[in-house]
Amino acid sequence: MIEINQLRKSFGKLDVLKGISTTFEPGQVISILGPNASGKTTLIKSILGMVIPDSGTILFEGKDTSIDPYYKKKIGYMPQIGRYPDNMKIGQLFEMMKDIRQEKAHDEELLHQFDLPSMFNKPMRTLSGGTRQKVSAALACLFNPPVLILDEPTAGLDPVAAEILKAKIHKEKEKGKLILLTSHIMSEVDELADQILYMMEGQIKFNYTIADLKDITGENKLGKAIMEYLKAETYVESN
Amino acid sequence: MLKVTKYVLHDIVRNKILIAYTVFLFVLSCCMFYLDENPDKAVSSLLTIINIIVPLVSMIFTTSYFYNSYEFIELLVAQPLKRTNILLGEYIGIAGSLTVALIIGLGIPICMYALNPLALTLFYTGILLSLIFTSLAFLCSVATRDKAKGMGLSLLIWFFFSVIYDGLILGILYSFSDYPLEKTVLVLTAFNPIDLGRIIVMLQMDVSALMGYTGALYKTILGTNWGLFISVAILLVWFIVPLLICVKIFKKKNL
Repeated sequence: MIEINQLRKSFGKLDVLKGISTTFEPGQVISILGPNASGKTTLIKSILGMVIPDSGTILFEGKDTSIDPYYKKKIGYMPQIGRYPDNMKIGQLFEMMKDIRQEKAHDEELLHQFDLPSMFNKPMRTLSGGTRQKVSAALACLFNPPVLILDEPTAGLDPVAAEILKAKIHKEKEKGKLILLTSHIMSEVDELADQILYMMEGQIKFNYTIADLKDITGENKLGKAIMEYLKAETYVESN
Repeated sequence: MLKVTKYVLHDIVRNKILIAYTVFLFVLSCCMFYLDENPDKAVSSLLTIINIIVPLVSMIFTTSYFYNSYEFIELLVAQPLKRTNILLGEYIGIAGSLTVALIIGLGIPICMYALNPLALTLFYTGILLSLIFTSLAFLCSVATRDKAKGMGLSLLIWFFFSVIYDGLILGILYSFSDYPLEKTVLVLTAFNPIDLGRIIVMLQMDVSALMGYTGALYKTILGTNWGLFISVAILLVWFIVPLLICVKIFKKKNL
């Protein structure tokens, strides 16, 4: 569904992506992991067309994303830090998104589960970080898109809201959607994802299903499995 | 594109700076027309002020508004919209509201006190100056990521065109006073939208006769319809070219 070929991007002298190639298919929940500043967010932003790559192509359903922006209709994006116009009220924000995308709200489940309609009159600038996250999550799911891109979805959410969101991700996965997510919480990744794309210094270190990774390393916990894998790899490289 | 404009306007109508600007222009123009018996004199006083205030406010307001709506632009870029449409939508919203401010603040007093070709020329050049400096401010804001830098750059451009440029021309005139420079100066002036705007209005006045030989030259070259056409064309270039460059940069910008 999404095909990335030799994607390169540098900000000034800093090479953030050094030739990424991979494909994402529907029905997969792929977790993009990696240390801070490994290029995860840049990769996601490139897919969304917010960052323009230096070279390489991204194909969405076979079409080059740099030509036509309408593929974004099929993506729901939840940013790491949701930044919205300060003066706008929550209700207005939702109305605006419907108006801009020329779509009706197909999926208001999260909206109601997070009890957002009761806050429709609050301006965005008064919202706490967690509430902003709730708004971002509800917006990402609002149009029932076939692809969901979630950048650290549960960071800043209270435990109840985090559980609601995780249940929602599960549900969307059952519908056969492609879900890309980044997270630093291993238990959560273990719970939600079936595949790990591990990035390091702008390159893909490995791309395995969680089951395979656990098999290879013989570890039961995902965090440990990744550590073991990386350790083994450095060992091989140094010899 | 107009969808974006709609939401920009929705936000901008509540902007206090814009309201203050409109009220200031309105009060100023009314005072000038009311105090001066001769509307032509009032126009010439207004010209001086409009030529400073309009570019300055257009620059500062646009730059600060653009940076403040960065979140909004970020949000839009992740939506199925073309980047060109996002930027032009923003431009139409901001430039449009500045134009409306000028229509209310200057247009209405003109209709009330002095509806004549001279005053209308002032009004049209005011609108062109708003458009030009809004597009220059867009260029500054898109080219720099840092708000302070963008703001500094716009102020510098305004300062350059309203103060430094004239100083340079005077310097050239003074240093090369032994040579016939009228045509050179004429060409140089055309490169400054503020000066050009001022000359277009002044040529409609009787005072142009007081500008000496240079004034006479301006009158013979720019005072004709053909000259007026060229001046307006140059002003339009000043408005369109920065905007095109701005769209080009914005298409490649990382958000």
